[in-house]
Amino acid sequence: MTNAPHISVQNLNVQIGNNLILKDVNINIPDKKVTSIIGPSGCGKTTLLKTFNRLLDNTADVKISGKVLVDGENIYDPGAEVTHIRKKMGLLSQRPFPLPMSIYDNIAYGPRIHGTTKRKDLDQLVEHYLRATGLWDEVKDRLHSSATRLSIGQQQRLCLARGLAVEPEIILGDESTSALDPVSTQKIEELFLELKEKYTIVLVTHILRQARRVSDYIIFVYMGRIIEFGPTEEVLLNPQEELTREYVKGFIS
Amino acid sequence: MQIRLLKDRILSKLMLALTIFSVSLVALIGAGLYYKSVPLLRDNTWGSLLFSSVWEPMKGLFGFFPFIMGTLWVTAIAIIISLPLCLLTAIYLAEYAGTTVKKIVNPLVSLLAGIPPVIFGVWGILFVVEFTTGYSVLAGGIVLAVMIFPLIVSIITEVFNTIPRELKDASLSLGATKWETVRKVILRKALPGIIAAIVLAVSRAFGETIAVLMVCGNVPVAPKSVFDPGYPLPALIANNYGEMLSVPLYDSALLYAAFLLFVIILVFNLVSRIILNRLERRISG
Amino acid sequence: MRRRKFEEQFFKLLMVLSTIVVAGSLFLIVGTIVVKGLPYMSLDMLTKTPEGGFYSGKEGGVLNAIIGSLYIAGGATILGLIISIPVAIYINLYLKGKSFIPNTVRMCFDVLFGIPSIVYGAFGFILMIYLGMRASLLGGIIAVTLLVIPILIRTLDEIISTVPRELHDAALSLGATRWEASKVVLRHIIPGIITAILLSFGRAIGDVAAVMFTAGFSDNIPASLGEPAASLPLAIFFQLSSPSAEVQGRAYASAFILTVIVLVITVLANILSKRFSKHKI
Repeated sequence: MTNAPHISVQNLNVQIGNNLILKDVNINIPDKKVTSIIGPSGCGKTTLLKTFNRLLDNTADVKISGKVLVDGENIYDPGAEVTHIRKKMGLLSQRPFPLPMSIYDNIAYGPRIHGTTKRKDLDQLVEHYLRATGLWDEVKDRLHSSATRLSIGQQQRLCLARGLAVEPEIILGDESTSALDPVSTQKIEELFLELKEKYTIVLVTHILRQARRVSDYIIFVYMGRIIEFGPTEEVLLNPQEELTREYVKGFIS
Repeated sequence: MQIRLLKDRILSKLMLALTIFSVSLVALIGAGLYYKSVPLLRDNTWGSLLFSSVWEPMKGLFGFFPFIMGTLWVTAIAIIISLPLCLLTAIYLAEYAGTTVKKIVNPLVSLLAGIPPVIFGVWGILFVVEFTTGYSVLAGGIVLAVMIFPLIVSIITEVFNTIPRELKDASLSLGATKWETVRKVILRKALPGIIAAIVLAVSRAFGETIAVLMVCGNVPVAPKSVFDPGYPLPALIANNYGEMLSVPLYDSALLYAAFLLFVIILVFNLVSRIILNRLERRISG
Repeated sequence: MRRRKFEEQFFKLLMVLSTIVVAGSLFLIVGTIVVKGLPYMSLDMLTKTPEGGFYSGKEGGVLNAIIGSLYIAGGATILGLIISIPVAIYINLYLKGKSFIPNTVRMCFDVLFGIPSIVYGAFGFILMIYLGMRASLLGGIIAVTLLVIPILIRTLDEIISTVPRELHDAALSLGATRWEASKVVLRHIIPGIITAILLSFGRAIGDVAAVMFTAGFSDNIPASLGEPAASLPLAIFFQLSSPSAEVQGRAYASAFILTVIVLVITVLANILSKRFSKHKI
């Protein structure tokens, strides 16, 4: 690992109701790389992702212990400012959820709440991020129509652009292509590869081929524990643990 | 930048305060009504208030028995008329009716639910009293029965929807007819929900004021048959609020009546809501 | 086998008949009101206040009651919304930790929803005596507000709980505060809020028992919050007991007006809530 860790998880335990979802998780997520979290459904991979931007806090009956350090600061420190932490991370959820407003306002939403109010600045930002996600040419004539009229694939790219517009350092993707058609999926994957120049990217995926295509590192989670962590090729082609071997067998054969 | 966070924090406290205020309305109403009943309760025992038939406010005699009986009669009649009709309707809507029928019936039921009590009262005078029974507990019961149609139908239909499809299919595939399935499987399974609906309907009927008042006759004597007039508790309160400040203890007596209604309805509501919540949780988790 | 088939047919017939009675009762009621009320309808009824006192004067209309009702129902709904929207947001989007807290809070509103309006009226009355107020428009608005709060909160709560959590999360993950994220959710449920407003308004405009104690009655259109205000339901109730046919006629006309208003509101609410539920995922 050449890069210093961007997110460092230490002794993390998550309990929802009486179920222990994550058990004693320790992991360092490298800076400016794509890291994929893989594992069977229900293993806790989405939960792990949601602990990074503290969205898990809003779940009923949840208990979180341990530390998550982002840039060396514990985000679960009682004095930590949640909105500040979340601003550092863009989240791309399973299905696109455009805010109930126009395309323009979707992108401008983040910058506006964070203090950019000048029309000219906003215009520039909107164009910049729509270009960055390859949407500009498709929507430039209808910036002020409702975002819900876009196709699902376009909506997902809009959501990515919206997340980028708050200038995060980290992008979290929660099976972000699972609702998309192959062409849109490919576009999103290409964007991830471009974006890793500037951002640390953490993806949850259940598609091993996707993990192989886009990620530099892989975390394999099983029953709430981290079983294996390492560079993509090593984990997929030469797993050290029996459980990982079992899981990736389908991928290889 | 900091202003946003401050705004969020202040608004959150404000919302908390509003939530606490509106939740505590239950306690506030109970406490307020009880506080006003205290003067009456100082001079009388609960037993004498509830079971004495003598109602002579001028002499300071407050026996609520006739009014309690009036309420019970009207409520019982309403439930006896309404329940079978609503149960059959709900079964029909849930198990037999096609989408067209549902599309016609459901809006009608919801429109019926929107009709204000006073309109039911006018209808009661013009139709029920005129063509059937005169001013009596029966007239009150009939009007009330129609008023609680939508409540019972919608709750029981909802309860039926919580019953898993597979259970019905299992019964049907054993060769049972639809009606046998309804009777032996669905009704049995839905029994707690039906009871909850009845309890809720009873508490609704207890509190209904104006419609009943307009057709019941309002004679402060416990009715002996369905054709006798009656004087339910809410009608007592509504009819006499004008004089209640001019006769000693009268206001206390009327607010005691309101307190009684409040307590009974509170308990009934709690019971039925707990049952219904259990049912809902059973299907959702 | 024959007996089983007969039983099936017999009960099916009973069910159809029951359904006709239950659904048809609406036509019976509305029909009665229309037949009796329509002949008394006139422009004067809608545009004039009663002349010579609402109980004995034979001329004029029920404008006082129409306006009074609109004031009371409108005021109560606005006041109710100001309280209910924050509460509904708070229990859905702010309360976290133990799940039994929001559930208990919801239970309280279920119970409040079941409390009859006469009890709200009596409580409003106590409140007014305590505050030294007289029967007035403001008193009526306060009592009816208490009555509609549970209706509004329950409706809004149900609507907000259908909003996908990811929408709220999306705003939060852009660094929005809880309040800013709540505004996004509110924007999403505007049609639902309108449904809630209609339901609340419909209930408020038809209620008698709560306004009886608190709003009083008057021949005039209230010019300020401190004056007593007439309302349609009370106009029906009071004028119906008059021996004069003309005054009774005003009661029937009022019943007709109230029925029309309430039916229109309910139909609108139904259409809207259907359209809204189509959009939810």
